Amino acid sequence: MPKVTVDGIEVEVPAGSNVLQACEAAGKEIPRFCYHERLSVAGNCRMCLVEIEKAPPKPFASCAYPVNDGMVVHTDTPMVKAARRGVMEFLLINHPLDCPICDQGGECDLQDQAVGYGGDHSRYHEAKRAVVNPDLGPLVKTIMTRCIHCTRCIRFSTEIAGVPEMGATARGESMAVGTYIEKALSSELSGNLIDICPVGALTSKPYAFVARPWELKKTDSIDVLDAVGANIRVDTRGAEVLRILPRLNEDVNEEWLGDKSRFALDGLKRRRLDTPWVRQNGKLVRTSWPEAFAAIEAKLAGVAGDRVGAVAGDLCDAESMLALKDVMASLGSHNLDCRQDGASLDASRRDFYCFNTSIAAIEEADALLIVGSNPRHEAPLINARIRKRVLAGKFPVGLIGAEADLTYKVAHLGTSAADLAGLLEGTHEFAATLHNAKRPMIIVGLGALRGDDGAAVLAACWKLASATGMLTSEWHGFNVLHTAAARVGALDLGFATGKKLAQMMNGGVEVLWLLGADEFDTSKISSNTFVIYQGHHGDRGAARADVILPGSAYTEKNGTYVSTEGRVQRGELAVFPPGEAKEDWKILRAFSAMIQKPLPYDTIEALRVRLEQVNPIFATLDVLPRFGCGDLTGPAGDATALSSTPFLPVVANYYMTDPISRASATMAACTEAHAPAHAVAAE
Amino acid sequence: MALIDRTARSMLLSELVSGMALTLKYFFKAKKTINYPYEKGPISPRFKGEHALRRYPNGEERCIACKLCEAVCPAQAITIEAEPRDDGSRRTTRYDIDMTKCIYCGLCEEACPVDAIVEGPNFEFATETREELMYDKNKLLDNGDRWEAEIARRLELDAPYR
Repeated sequence: MPKVTVDGIEVEVPAGSNVLQACEAAGKEIPRFCYHERLSVAGNCRMCLVEIEKAPPKPFASCAYPVNDGMVVHTDTPMVKAARRGVMEFLLINHPLDCPICDQGGECDLQDQAVGYGGDHSRYHEAKRAVVNPDLGPLVKTIMTRCIHCTRCIRFSTEIAGVPEMGATARGESMAVGTYIEKALSSELSGNLIDICPVGALTSKPYAFVARPWELKKTDSIDVLDAVGANIRVDTRGAEVLRILPRLNEDVNEEWLGDKSRFALDGLKRRRLDTPWVRQNGKLVRTSWPEAFAAIEAKLAGVAGDRVGAVAGDLCDAESMLALKDVMASLGSHNLDCRQDGASLDASRRDFYCFNTSIAAIEEADALLIVGSNPRHEAPLINARIRKRVLAGKFPVGLIGAEADLTYKVAHLGTSAADLAGLLEGTHEFAATLHNAKRPMIIVGLGALRGDDGAAVLAACWKLASATGMLTSEWHGFNVLHTAAARVGALDLGFATGKKLAQMMNGGVEVLWLLGADEFDTSKISSNTFVIYQGHHGDRGAARADVILPGSAYTEKNGTYVSTEGRVQRGELAVFPPGEAKEDWKILRAFSAMIQKPLPYDTIEALRVRLEQVNPIFATLDVLPRFGCGDLTGPAGDATALSSTPFLPVVANYYMTDPISRASATMAACTEAHAPAHAVAAE
Repeated sequence: MALIDRTARSMLLSELVSGMALTLKYFFKAKKTINYPYEKGPISPRFKGEHALRRYPNGEERCIACKLCEAVCPAQAITIEAEPRDDGSRRTTRYDIDMTKCIYCGLCEEACPVDAIVEGPNFEFATETREELMYDKNKLLDNGDRWEAEIARRLELDAPYR
């Protein structure tokens, strides 16, 4: 490892590092615009200039200069300072200095660095240039006159998002960044352009002029709109959630966030349930909490425990699901289901339903088979990680399922479960690829497990995994990719016992408690079934409900979520729920007291202790130890009973998958903007 | 000795006499009092009175909702909400000043990059109810329209010192 001396501090950096990284290792701040850790080096902003001893007497762009052993670097000599000041003066020649009306104001790299490294005046008095703004769709607002041509957005869309749609046309002063053909960016990660743009050229369209960064209260939370468990920061002012930004977590989302997770927040303000409702003579009428509880209590009287069922939705926190499970147990019911899509998931062992390889370890895999999934729509961040691995080279990816553009090259091996047979028998050429790989992995999507042969597909995939060396003592290559943030937590809590959802339909139960469950066909519920909907949005479940208990959305409660990886993470309350709505576990606790069967916990801490008792996994917060597979016994299911019905996409429209995004005007605009693309994908 | 001196002074009412002499002196000096409200004293161009939101000569409101005045206000008397106007420009939908919180420090005026919020020369805005001192955008723009000539002259007078 080369040793570099930066301003008299000696540091050792990995071979192949650049001077900028060495300076960072020495704790020296280097100003930069174009350089980004996760993007290729462009070296075109020239802000990161440093002086290097025993080299030609000129300033070097540290981001594009590799380190050598014994290199001596200076970051604060008069020459470096003068050079940076000069670069800043050039950058500001064409920058409009409209900070007061710019949404980046207060969190702008150019603003900060102009103060830190720039001069106090400009010698430029000629006319400034103006640039036409391209339309990048309903999410990203462009003010291209502010662009300083760092090309981060071009590199992001080409390298990370995998949609080479942005580029620069013309040269010199006429250079303009935009899409060559005017159209909305066809990426699920386009919101990240706003984060990586160091100036105010790309800003958030829904958030335009809404607030200043210094007004916002920042709360750490976990995203629930897909099952990746991306770490987010919820920015609020007063009782309003104004912005959602990603938090850095190298193991999960790196520093990216999907568009739905970032922009569906206006759905948190619309179609909200803010008061209890009770159905009287066929119509829902507003009521109070005691009356709503009394209606449920009256209905429950005399109903056998086995005739009561509960369904947990996709956005639930583990605390509320456990509270519901305990309430159901006190009523004598064990009819619990969290699999609204009817997926055949085997909850008998944790690695049968988790993304065992872990998201970060995708980068260590060397072959991948995707079965019945479109990770680009189901988990864009996992897709970005797969793409990152593909770009690193020597990573064959096979896909069984609906053909789709996953932003990387995929060998399409078939569309239905029957196509697994060729791989199982080893006759298909991709089977050899998997066999020859040292760390192959398989991603089983819920699209493969929803059909009648779901259990068979799961068993077949496991069999294939064990046959192709995906399951060793160091490597666990079997992965189930969930789309619901609550699903793994629910399975960990044993929220899949007794009657299944399908058996609860058509009069299978007399009383059905829906905890935010909206993703199934509510018309199948028998008209005699008494439906209690506890949730935050007036969606399908609430429309069918006889009693509505207003709960809280993920930004409004302290909740524990288990991602598809099996990572236990906690989100914090950012704002209080609207109106009469309450935190979900508190509703269940209050109801249990009403029916004289109080739950044994009064605080969220006590409930979390109970959570750990039910499953010790809940004690391991945030960390996810790497594990191999010790037991090759597969899930129950006949691995040969594979049908040739094609797998259907799990996510028909990426922008609308849950009550929050369905209520969001921004997501509706996205759906409209991308409608043709989705129509093609569905065909 | 001191005792005799003091006793003599008090017996001869010397303090009373010197006090009355002072009164008599001012009796013949020019009067400083003015007949307010018919007469008013001069005020500096930097006088910090009632707030106003100004407009450009073409009638366009100056305020661009940058929120710097809101941020700088030490009394947190200013509340601003903004959204894109139909033509896409950045404008306030709400600009409130709680005049009961305001300490008339003038920092809002200093922070404003477009000279929109100013503290004008008016100090006669006492009200009968507290509510009337919760100024909204309309009130402030009205103030601006009413006082524009005066405000512009004051800014011009103060400009050489900025």
